[in-house]
Amino acid sequence: MGRRLLLEHDNVAGIETFDVYRKNGGYRSVEKALKSMSPELVLEEVQKSGLRGRGGAGFPTGMKWSFLAKPEGVPRYLLCNADESEPGTFKDRYLMEKIPHLLIEGMIVSSFALGANQSYIYIRGEYMWILDILEKAIAEAYEKGFLGKNILGSGFDHDLSVAPGGGAYICGEETALIESLEGKRGNPRMKPPFPAVKGLYGCPTVVNNVESIAAVVPIINDGGEEYAKIGLGKSTGTKLISACGNLVRPGVYEIEMGITVEEFIYGDDYCRGIANGKKLKACVPGGSSVPILPHYLVTKTAAGEDRLMTYESLADGGFASGSMLGSGGFIVFDEDQCIVRNTWNFARFYAHESCGQCSPCREGTGWMEKVLNRLEHGQGNMRDIDLLAEINKKIEGNTICPLGDAAAWPVAAAIRHFRDEFEWHVNEREESQKRNYGLIREPQSIA
Amino acid sequence: MSSSHTDLSKRHSEKPVFSAEKMAEVQVLFAQYPEGKSKSALIRVLHMAEEEFGGWLSIETMDYVAEVFNIQPIEVYEVATFYTMFNLEPTGKYVFEVCRTGPCMLLGSDSIIDYIGTKLDIKVGETSADGMFTLKTSECLGACGYAPMLQCGKKYHEHLTKERVDEIITAYRAGQTPN
Ligand SMILES: Cc1cc2nc3c(=O)[nH]c(=O)nc-3n(C[C@H](O)[C@H](O)[C@H](O)COP(=O)(O)O)c2cc1C
Ligand code: SF4
Ligand code: FES
Repeated sequence: MGRRLLLEHDNVAGIETFDVYRKNGGYRSVEKALKSMSPELVLEEVQKSGLRGRGGAGFPTGMKWSFLAKPEGVPRYLLCNADESEPGTFKDRYLMEKIPHLLIEGMIVSSFALGANQSYIYIRGEYMWILDILEKAIAEAYEKGFLGKNILGSGFDHDLSVAPGGGAYICGEETALIESLEGKRGNPRMKPPFPAVKGLYGCPTVVNNVESIAAVVPIINDGGEEYAKIGLGKSTGTKLISACGNLVRPGVYEIEMGITVEEFIYGDDYCRGIANGKKLKACVPGGSSVPILPHYLVTKTAAGEDRLMTYESLADGGFASGSMLGSGGFIVFDEDQCIVRNTWNFARFYAHESCGQCSPCREGTGWMEKVLNRLEHGQGNMRDIDLLAEINKKIEGNTICPLGDAAAWPVAAAIRHFRDEFEWHVNEREESQKRNYGLIREPQSIA
Repeated sequence: MSSSHTDLSKRHSEKPVFSAEKMAEVQVLFAQYPEGKSKSALIRVLHMAEEEFGGWLSIETMDYVAEVFNIQPIEVYEVATFYTMFNLEPTGKYVFEVCRTGPCMLLGSDSIIDYIGTKLDIKVGETSADGMFTLKTSECLGACGYAPMLQCGKKYHEHLTKERVDEIITAYRAGQTPN
């Protein structure tokens, strides 16, 4: 097991309370930052750490912070994205449920760096019981003087509260989140202007994922350079991976970036292999929005190198033979799973969750769902497979927010790697309703 | 799109009004936002209203919430119809939202949905004859590693099997909250 920076104390009894958390080294980063550092210095450490956004896009956090506009006399906001609705992703939930004070600590230090006197945690409405946990922890932090006016005598004021959503995947998109937090429908905004200039209430705003904000705590405690020593290349630090599907031991793991995918799936410290002695068929390594990989591209790249748990290695081969680390929602399929069915299931998800603002996404996701439904139920024809590719092209790049792409790319990847299985659903209609296709053969040469 | 078609003719017979205690809670929420931005509390207050006024949002409830916020009723309807958690029609006493998304499907959510439907003699979207249970499906609820699962109120029931479902239903019927 590698180093654990976020979940080090997840099994300490009572760690959700202020006192136990504090005894285990909690809130040190607040003391350090507020008493001995300037906001600029905190930003510098985050930049040095190489931390990249843990919400899915992997954008460098320090750089994002440095873009925040700072007009005189205008408030700035930090929003924590706890919407966590990407299928396969349940890591933020684990962190907040187990160690709520870690997120609160990160919020205080990050807000100090950004000069935000008010911040909000926007949490998906279904996590209402976690909202209760967070509010209890926040109340404790106020009581102990870590929130409110003049924190630790530093002159820094900070208020923090939690706001629930109402059930809408799209509210994880940062501008939809802002709309929702303003009490409106979660329709993404056109960019520019970017939230860094005009966000919540038209004020400069930073939106960061739960895990990104939590990671600021060890970065300030140990220094950005120390943090950057963990991991590999531009994938610095540790990453929470939520593993699910047909695994012996699904769950949330904190990994040092750079371990092999092989070790993560089969290693004793991690998922311990495929459940029920079955074989691996495919893997979606970063949440439902990233391309699916067939078994022969999961643990090795097309070039035959070990695939590693890093942003770069998972993306190796581009969309032709790679995928993405995404949100860390690691979904594993065994040999009994039907790729057509799963592709249809995900397409239905996106059709359900499209906010409906742009026609290519609203109509396109619905079309894909219908066509895939036909194929899955043995009523499709060969043209349908090409039709999917066509719809894909119409959506891609033609929408206000990336949900359209997130819906299109996984379908394209499934057809790219599993075309045989799609065609089998057309050629062997009856057979395809009775049994599953099984494993696909490894191609002799991979482009 | 997440908005649903709804029979807006269903109504509450009495005007819903928050108790003084609930109203105080609302004021606390308003204070979390800057001057003039209290609308930010709308989703939270709609959750409260749903809980207070029978588990669903009638036109009367939404109009009342608009009054509380001093905004136009349409601003409340817009929000209530966008977010899938809000029930725009009356439901059973307990609403089972069974996750049907990929990772749960890999571990058998389809058969859990079928099983509950058969057991309660209802289809997805319907309420059992005794008014106790409504069966719904939902998209990924962030419990994929503990699949299959269902949400009932604030509670997540995970690692479902047919036996677990039996226990859960029996407990709710007996007025207990299963763990
Ligand atoms: C459709 C859609 C859904 C998203 N859902 C989430 C989410 O649930 N949680 C999250 O942190 N980021 C989500 N994102 C990414 C956010 O827009 C944003 O990039 C992220 O919160 C930035 O934080 P980070 O830089 O710390 O990763 C989503 C993006 C899109 C397009
Ligand atoms: S791409 Fe889809 S989800 Fe995004 S704004 Fe357009 S319609 Fe809405
Ligand atoms: S897929 Fe069911 S909880 Fe995520």
